[in-house]
Amino acid sequence: MRELCFITVGNAEIHFILLFSRQGKLRLQKWYTTLPDKEKKKIIREIVQIILSRNQKTSSFVDWKDLKLVYKRYASLYFCCAIEDQDNELLTLEVVHRYVELLDRYFGNVCELDIIFNFEKAYFILDEFIIGGEVQETSKKTAVKAIEESDMLQETVEEYMNKPAF
Amino acid sequence: MPAPIRLRELIRTIRTARTQAEEREMIQKECAAIRSSFREEDNTYRCRNVAKLLYMHMLGYPAHFGQLECLKLIASQKFTDKRIGYLGAMLLLDERQDVHLLMTNCIKNDLNHSTQYVQGLALCTLGCMGSSEMCRDLAGEVEKLLKTSNSYLRKKAALCAVHVIRKVPELMEMFLPATKNLLNEKNHGVLHTSVVLLTEMCERSPDMLAHFRKNEKLVPQLVRILKNLIMSGYSPEHDVSGISDPFLQVRILRLLRILGRNDDDSSEAMNDILAQVATNTETSKNVGNAILYETVLTIMDIKSESGLRVLAINILGRFLLNNDKNIRYVALTSLLKTVQTDHNAVQRHRSTIVDCLKDLDVSIKRRAMELSFALVNGNNVRGMMKELLYFLDSCEPEFKADCASGIFLAAEKYAPSKRWHIDTIMRVLTTAGSYVRDDAVPNLIQLITNSVEMHAYTVQRLYKAILGDYSQQPLVQVASWCIGEYGDLLVSGQCEEEEPIQVTEDEVLDILESVLISNMSASVTRGYALTAIMKLSTRFTCTVNRIKKVVSIYGSSIDVELQQRAVEYNALFKKYDHMRPALLERMPVMEKVTTNGPAEIVQTNGETETAVLETKPPPSGLQPANQANDLLDLLGGSDITPVIPTAPPSKPASGGELLDLLGDLNLTGIPSITAYNKNGLKIEFTFERSNTNPSVTVITIQASNSTELDMTDFVFQAAVPKTFQLQLLSPSSSVIPAFNSGTITQVIKVLNPQKQQLRMRIKLTYNHKGSAMQDLAEVNNFPPQSWQ
Repeated sequence: MRELCFITVGNAEIHFILLFSRQGKLRLQKWYTTLPDKEKKKIIREIVQIILSRNQKTSSFVDWKDLKLVYKRYASLYFCCAIEDQDNELLTLEVVHRYVELLDRYFGNVCELDIIFNFEKAYFILDEFIIGGEVQETSKKTAVKAIEESDMLQETVEEYMNKPAF
Repeated sequence: MPAPIRLRELIRTIRTARTQAEEREMIQKECAAIRSSFREEDNTYRCRNVAKLLYMHMLGYPAHFGQLECLKLIASQKFTDKRIGYLGAMLLLDERQDVHLLMTNCIKNDLNHSTQYVQGLALCTLGCMGSSEMCRDLAGEVEKLLKTSNSYLRKKAALCAVHVIRKVPELMEMFLPATKNLLNEKNHGVLHTSVVLLTEMCERSPDMLAHFRKNEKLVPQLVRILKNLIMSGYSPEHDVSGISDPFLQVRILRLLRILGRNDDDSSEAMNDILAQVATNTETSKNVGNAILYETVLTIMDIKSESGLRVLAINILGRFLLNNDKNIRYVALTSLLKTVQTDHNAVQRHRSTIVDCLKDLDVSIKRRAMELSFALVNGNNVRGMMKELLYFLDSCEPEFKADCASGIFLAAEKYAPSKRWHIDTIMRVLTTAGSYVRDDAVPNLIQLITNSVEMHAYTVQRLYKAILGDYSQQPLVQVASWCIGEYGDLLVSGQCEEEEPIQVTEDEVLDILESVLISNMSASVTRGYALTAIMKLSTRFTCTVNRIKKVVSIYGSSIDVELQQRAVEYNALFKKYDHMRPALLERMPVMEKVTTNGPAEIVQTNGETETAVLETKPPPSGLQPANQANDLLDLLGGSDITPVIPTAPPSKPASGGELLDLLGDLNLTGIPSITAYNKNGLKIEFTFERSNTNPSVTVITIQASNSTELDMTDFVFQAAVPKTFQLQLLSPSSSVIPAFNSGTITQVIKVLNPQKQQLRMRIKLTYNHKGSAMQDLAEVNNFPPQSWQ
């Protein structure tokens, strides 16, 4: 039987966030722990494989090593968060959903191509939402406003168009 | 020198590459251009080049030569440069490279910048990847910003402080003064991050925890904030499906949990608000349930009054009835943790938990199974065993071993009668006989030996069980042993518990000899059978000569173990016949050996699948290869032509990338198919893709029988085209009971490395209504998701 240990003291934080397509191509990786590059690549390969082979009848949670993977697919993109064992999985689903909403608000009907061609923006937006694996801002309006005002500060506007011309 | 190409242009170009080699060539060309641009110390395009480098890094290509360039960008005055520079630092640098320390001065300057967005970049970078040295150097700056009135910076500083504390716990004290009025803020961002900071401090340091507990204002303050969130009207800025700032609510609940744990006063101060949250939160969407979940965890962990605890368990019970499988999963996980401490409360939800045994999600089934075993007691054992036996019958192979062990354990602890106990064991052996763990056999034998009054009944039932099918090794082993011991009771028809059967000594020896000869019998099983036959020489009267003959034949068996036994038994007959009756007499009642404690029910997700399947008795593994070859020969090898492989798409599925992320979420699983349906025999295939190998498809076949007579000696054979490999595992039995009252399940593993379209030819043989039936069929309706 599982050991009776209701809450253990630990880092309640997100360890990493991965975005990847249905073909397993990586679209974003944010790590909140220090790992060698080679290790990161190995982990990504492993997790992508695990999640892509899950069928629809299963839940959104996977026990992986000493962490929990919380994942959800939005159209052609998988969003995957690795959280600690004692973290609230249901809330993590809300965190993921909030990030997608922020992307949607910024890009307007966001799709995978937006994230491919504007990957640096996706990172900027994520960094206005989460720092060090913890949520920093719970208001959609405030988070997006910060990005938009930052954009205005940029000196070379044509370098960073909101919508790519493809 | 022409201007370096733009980032988007590069992305577009690289995406046109049709092969990995073509992509690599483009990348190498661009990297070379970028390298020379770096060497020229070009300030104008450094930002563009680093951005391109980051893109290539994401594709998996090395980008370490850009690390110093990131530092130069961070030091630039242009905001565009800093933005990309800090991003690059977070992606390419970490504390293991010495060069990262060069950032420290830049970050220090930027923390004091006049533009808050620059300060924000610095705080974010420090808070995500700052090393211990950097944290030591810059903690003072962070502490300063923690006290600013600018909420944009304050919230980031709080999380930065959290990171500093994680890296350098000794620095925790210096942030204490700044926490004094953090919770007076109205800004939700600051509130949220402040709660996170306080949580981190309390979790790390018992002194801090004591300090905050003593602070009589803290718990009431948290309670007040939480209350406002629940009671306040609609706030568009923080609303999620009608709930105000669920993120903040959950973090407050978690902090309350830490403060209330093992502390009566704090726990009492939060009782009301917890009850309020538990009863008032909307449960129609995931967000409400996330809050309820956290509330339950808090209630169970603090010193809450019993009414509140029951409320919490009831919430979990309601979760179990939720359509959302995530919520059911979370409920079962929590109940598993509380079942020891709040056993009676969890018992009330037993029937719902048992229903979860029928869930489609494998993780949910597993947790439900574990919980079910935890809930079995003397009062409910009959009902629970019925459900668990049914589960054993129909569950996936990966569960059968654990379930069988669990049933044996529970039966041993709570059996209401000896007869019931034996019947239950019989049920397990006949339904999941091949999955029973090896150590169960001696335990069962001991149990049977000690149930003296049940010997006749037991041996009769076991005899009948293996008459129909002697392929399940543990069953056959136990049966052989019993027949050897109690064969005299069998032929003399002494059974009281049920109608005694008429069976002759020869018939008994027939079955034991079949076991000896059968290809399906493991070596160990044969040993049991031979010894049983020998024992019968002192219990049977008419067939001693036959026994002598059998024993002498095996004196020259290739199997060394059998040979040795036979030779020794022969010697018994020839030279030591006077000792034979004494040596072979009835076994005495054995001393009750303490079992190894509660069997560990291994809890892994999906990993047990391969482990359990690897412990299959070898002979069953031999069969499929032979059978498959037979099948191919029958149909002529050339008949099965390789299917024309469907060209794998080099581009992503059309329109996939253009699909709205938040658009329609229609997700379908791999549908099951009916592979065969004729003459009352229906075979269904359900599919799973292997967790560890995408070329493996695991097919579970279920054969059912809608006619009014059983189908016996059922054998399923399959053949696939040459590019595939097939592995057939042992079937659950060889009898398909009539009227769809049970099924045979069998697992087939298909290795399809070339991802070709799956096709299969199957051959079915069985006995029905007294005649031998045989049929061949082709299965062509595999869904694409099962092999793509």
